Parts: sequence; C-alpha cells; structure tokens
Amino acid sequence: MPAVPQPVRVLVVGAGPAGMQAALTAVASGAAVTLVDGSPSLGGQIWRGEQSHSRAAAALFERVRGSEVRLLFGCQIVDAPEPGLLLGAAEGKAEWLPYDRLILATGAREIFLPFPGWTLPNVFGVGGIQALAKGGLPLAGKRVVVAGSGPLLWSVAAYLRGRGAEIPLIAEQTDLARLVQFAAALRFLPSKFMEAIGIARTLIGTGLRTGCYPVHAHGADRLTAVTLRTSAREWTVDCDYLACGFGFAPNLELPLLLGCTVRDGFVVVDEWQQTSVPGIFCVGEPTGIGGAEKSLAEGAIAGIAATCDVKDRALKGSTASLFAERLRCRRFADALRRGFALREELRTLPASDTILCRCEDVTIGRLIGHPSWRSAKLHERLGMGHCQGRVCGAAAEFLLGWPMESVRPPLFPVHVDTLASVVPSREHDG
Amino acid sequence: MREQFEVRVNREAITVDDTTTVAAAILRAGVAGFRQSPDGHWRGPLCGMGICAECRATIDGVPGQYTCQRWCRPGMQIVTGAASDGEAPDELEER
Ligand SMILES: Cc1cc2nc3c(=O)[nH]c(=O)nc-3n(C[C@H](O)[C@H](O)[C@H](O)COP(=O)(O)OP(=O)(O)OC[C@H]3O[C@@H](n4cnc5c(N)ncnc54)[C@H](O)[C@@H]3O)c2cc1C
Ligand code: FES
Repeated sequence: MPAVPQPVRVLVVGAGPAGMQAALTAVASGAAVTLVDGSPSLGGQIWRGEQSHSRAAAALFERVRGSEVRLLFGCQIVDAPEPGLLLGAAEGKAEWLPYDRLILATGAREIFLPFPGWTLPNVFGVGGIQALAKGGLPLAGKRVVVAGSGPLLWSVAAYLRGRGAEIPLIAEQTDLARLVQFAAALRFLPSKFMEAIGIARTLIGTGLRTGCYPVHAHGADRLTAVTLRTSAREWTVDCDYLACGFGFAPNLELPLLLGCTVRDGFVVVDEWQQTSVPGIFCVGEPTGIGGAEKSLAEGAIAGIAATCDVKDRALKGSTASLFAERLRCRRFADALRRGFALREELRTLPASDTILCRCEDVTIGRLIGHPSWRSAKLHERLGMGHCQGRVCGAAAEFLLGWPMESVRPPLFPVHVDTLASVVPSREHDG
Repeated sequence: MREQFEVRVNREAITVDDTTTVAAAILRAGVAGFRQSPDGHWRGPLCGMGICAECRATIDGVPGQYTCQRWCRPGMQIVTGAASDGEAPDELEER
C-alpha cells in the first residue's frame, strides 16, 4: 500500500503583514502551516495591538484567524540547532518547531542615534511612542517634539495629534530638495500618495522643519526640553516627550544564525524570495525597507514558492501581477532609501561621554582605538547587555562603520529553566 | 466600553483596562524612570516593542519583566526602580 503523502510543513516566523500573507498563501496550497511571533498578537509593527484597523487589514486578520494556520504567539525563536528545526521560547516554556520549508518574516526595528541626553526618560522612539500610546499612554495636552527621519514621523505626528497631543515641531533631518524628490516618487504607489495627502491635512498648523535634527535633550531625571539645529540656527523647545527615530534596520539575527547570505545590510533572495540556503525564504523588511505593501507581495510569492514545485508555480494565475506589484514596491523602497539617507552631521552629535550602549553604559569615548565591534565587545562589553546589540548595533554601524558580524544563540535572553523544559530535539521528531 | 480595574504601581492605585500595557500604567502613575542603568542613570521605555529592554520592572514579585510587552491584569502589583531589574543576562543562560 502506498504511504499517505504527508503535507509539507511550512514554518513562518513573524506575524506582520509579510508573515500573515505568506502563511495564508501556503495554507491555501495544502501545506501544514505554523505562524510564530514573539509578540502577544497578530499584526507586526504596523497593526500592533490596534483595535480599529483599516478594512484591508481587518479582512486579513479574519482570514488568518479563520484558516487552518496554527498560531503561536508570545513565542520568540531563540535558536536553530540543526537544519529543519528551530527552538522557540514562550513564557517559561521552550518548544521545538520542525519544518520542511521556513519563511522568515522578521521585520525591522527603529534606528536610534546617540546625542547628548538621548538616554533620558521620556525620550522615546517614534514607533516607540506610538506603541506606548496604543498600549494606553495618555497624550491629551502633552507637548511632543517629533524628530528623526522618514514618513513614519508624519504619520505618528498625525496619530499623536488625533490623541490630543500638541506637536510644536516635526524635525526631519533630510533636506527639502530630497523630500520633494521623494514626494515625486510616490506616484509609483497611488495608495501611498493618497495616504500622504490625508496625513498632510491633519498636520496643517504643525511646523515641519527639514534639514533639522536634535542635538541635545535636556533634563535631570527626565526630559524637559530639546535643542534642535538647522544649517541656519540652533534653538531650544520645551516639551514633555521627544519622539525620535532615524528610520529602520532589518531584524537580521535569525537569517544570520541560519547562514543566509546578507549583502549591504539586507538578506539576499532570488526571484522567488529564496535565500542562499535552499528551503529558507525571506520576505518583508529584511530584504529591503519598503513598508507593508512590499511585505504583502513578497509574502504571497514566498507562500507559493514554498509549497509548489518550480513547474507548478507558473500555473498559479496571480504570479505575474504579484511580480509587478513587488517591482513597484521595490521602486518605492529605493525612493525611501534615497530620500531619507542620513546626513553626515549626525555622526558628529555624540560627545565623548555620550552613552552608545545603553545596557552597559558604554560611552563613545571608550570605543576610540578599538578596530571593530568584536574588539569593543570583548574589552568594553559593548552590546553584551539585554538588548544584545539591537539598539547600539545600528548606531555603531552608522557612527563607526562596524557591521554586525555574527550572532550567537540564544537570540533573546532565556532563563535556564526554560531551556530545561524542552525534550532533546531527536526524541521530538521520532 | 471595556471593564476597568485597578493595578498598583509602587502602591499607588491606577485604573486601567486589559488593553493597557504595564509600561503605560507606570507612565500614567507619573513615573518616568523605570530602572537604573549600571552607572545609576534613570531609564524609561524607548522602543515600545520588546527590543531595548529599558522598560524592565518588577511585576507580581518577578523582576526584569519587559513591561511594554505585558498587558495589565486585575490586581497586578508593579514595582519600579528595584535593583534586581537591572540583572545582567550573564545570570541567564548564554551558550
Ligand atoms: C516600531 C515600528 C513602528 C512602525 N509603525 C508603522 C506605521 O505606523 N505605519 C507603517 O506604514 N509602517 C510602520 N512601520 C514599518 C513597518 O515595518 C512596516 O510597515 C510593516 O509592518 C512591515 O511588515 P513586516 O511583516 O515585514 O514586518 P513586521 O510588521 O515588523 O513584523 C515582523 C514580526 O516578526 C516578529 N519577530 C521578529 N523576530 C522574531 C523572532 N526571533 N521570534 C519570533 N518573532 C519574531 C516580530 O515580533 C514582528 O511582529 C513601523 C515599524 C516599526 C519598527
Ligand atoms: S520599551 Fe523597549 S523593550 Fe520595552
């Protein structure tokens, strides 16, 4: 009697737009799909914990919840001990996650750059203050300076204003000329264009300064004011909160741990989103910062590729339009990269006693003379704290030109008890 | 309207619901510095998304919790500024 064919096991890491779409597409092809995320709910960064999503997002949520996809939340992937197997850790319990095909949709995080005072309480990230507001931080009557770089500044400023905050200023580090070029490139994505117009309307009356950046946050045990600079002048604004972020850096820890090739800071993929490691795909922000539309298109392509033979893929009617959509999104990603490239002056903001590594209180001054990240890690404990270099890594890369070289498990701090709770991997697979 | 309940932040009662994160509850209590860095500088949340570890505090007696990643539950006891919230990952597993 012929053996009953087992469905291919597809494991998707990251439940943002990219991972949700990849999981849905793969499950539609008959695969056994598991979708894992370290955060407590679906949605990734853009749709985090929000009660009222856009209609398209709400439909996607419903389709995922109503599908056969196995959902695993609050579960961080911490190790990849052997091919075909990941180790997840959730609230004190560890779990082996075996797979035939793996889709990495690990998203991105904000880039924070050091300047004097940036470690003061009430200096938040831009996505950071939005996440805190969605989690119940009241903003009515608060004065919030929004600074850094990228379209997120405007959308978050509009969001905060809608929650009753006063926004005295949006400080965008890029120059007006680049911003205008970027606006022209929005024609590649009509939805972005309409979004931009909507946001611009809600921001009428808020000062947008281009070529402007924070140079000093003031306060004793919490923020009270921030000094800003343009080529023409320097001045200080009183505020309750500073929201400051300089764009996004991809979450590369897991792709690097799995041996996927990374070039110029992003995971290298072929036209089917497959990485340099056969059977491992990568979608969304880790292949290039381009926002939710790019994540959705890439997720759908990988969902097909992970479950269909090469000859069957072309039979999927939607591939041509998905490829075209991805191309448009990549053009938008290029426009983003060019439009919001970080200016040289930002490298000169930290003083020698400004902290770079917040976990271990390592100052910029202590790094002088070290040739590499590795050397500074060994001798100064740079990146050895709880965040494991997730905050200071991008800053060190920008300020000192030190790229992330390698990663070691566990990817997130795990208690010994948690690891002890898991059975050895070989027993699991039988 | 969601059901409101109380949590305690350093003994002060704060009214929240189950869509409030512990980090937001602490900020609502007027606390900005959640913990102290190794050199004794006050720190509060930065990323809001479980990356930076600056929002750690003690929840129901368990130190070092990432408060931006935890929802409030009725009767939660939250304590900020405890020395044990700065414990280094060396005391955790490193392989
Ligand atoms: C803080 C922040 C706020 C943002 N806000 C907006 C916004 O308001 N509007 C907008 O258009 N764009 C926003 N963005 C940009 C956003 O990255 C994209 O729009 C979109 O969310 C990208 O989707 P994605 O699926 O590629 O990645 P993400 O949405 O980032 O999803 C990746 C998921 O992977 C999970 N993950 C990563 N590593 C692991 C691991 N090892 N184990 C388990 N799970 C893991 C993460 O928890 C996350 O949920 C924001 C980005 C950030 C970082
Ligand atoms: S605020 Fe960064 S981990 Fe909680």
